[in-house]
Amino acid sequence: MVPTSYYIILSATLFAIGVLGVLIRRNALVLFMSVELMLNAANLALVAFARERLSIDGQVLVFFVITVAAAEVAVGLALLVAIFRTKHTADVDEVSTLRG
Amino acid sequence: MDFVLFFITAAVALIGAIAMLVARNAVHSALFLLLNFAAIAVLFLLLQSPFLFAIQLTVYAGAIMVLFLFVVMLLGAERVEDTPDRIAWQRPLALALGVALVAVAVVSVLRGARAAPPGGEAAAAFGDPAQLGALLFTGYLLPFQVTGIILLIAVVGVAVLNQRGRAASAARRGTGVE
Repeated sequence: MVPTSYYIILSATLFAIGVLGVLIRRNALVLFMSVELMLNAANLALVAFARERLSIDGQVLVFFVITVAAAEVAVGLALLVAIFRTKHTADVDEVSTLRG
Repeated sequence: MDFVLFFITAAVALIGAIAMLVARNAVHSALFLLLNFAAIAVLFLLLQSPFLFAIQLTVYAGAIMVLFLFVVMLLGAERVEDTPDRIAWQRPLALALGVALVAVAVVSVLRGARAAPPGGEAAAAFGDPAQLGALLFTGYLLPFQVTGIILLIAVVGVAVLNQRGRAASAARRGTGVE
């Protein structure tokens, strides 16, 4: 059996890569993908801890996280399409006003 | 055997994540993220969670990433980073902070490290999808219904956003709202 700490270290590394993606990329689509990566890393940590304690509740929580992520992606991508229609760019540096 | 599988899958997941970060083309980023999601699904299987493995593959890798690819290709926004960076100091600072985050996590995990987790009969019950479903529909019934409402609100929100966008562009063209 692989110790839980290995999974947690992998999860932390993936989370850090996601944070880096949000900080240094400027394509809004890649930003969204980095957020997904962070949610996934959190899911991995949740399942690892759930197995450590042999508790199913952690798996239920992962189910909820995936559902919320799906809703977030749907709304976020719709917002992106709306922004792209008015500003014709997906660069987050270009989008600095809330007015469309 | 477990260790070999874990290290191979972890390497694939890390490679997918890093390649997503450095790929210049958004389509390539999406495909590398897909690789990462598939690797994480295999890790779920290694963690004795077959239900989450299936959910990860169908919902994340199947639905969400297809949505991403669809939007990337719809917008044609694969490359937008040709302009020079406006915040020059942001990138090295972000790299330093990311490395610091990993270091803190690794140190804190290793300081609290314990022996291998329990196995055996209790572990078999842990991975049972039937138990997960039973818990979902008894102990977590209200949160489960709330997620349903969240998804409904998301669908309505997407419809409203696109409707308003269409009305605005129609008004700008001078044709008015149909």
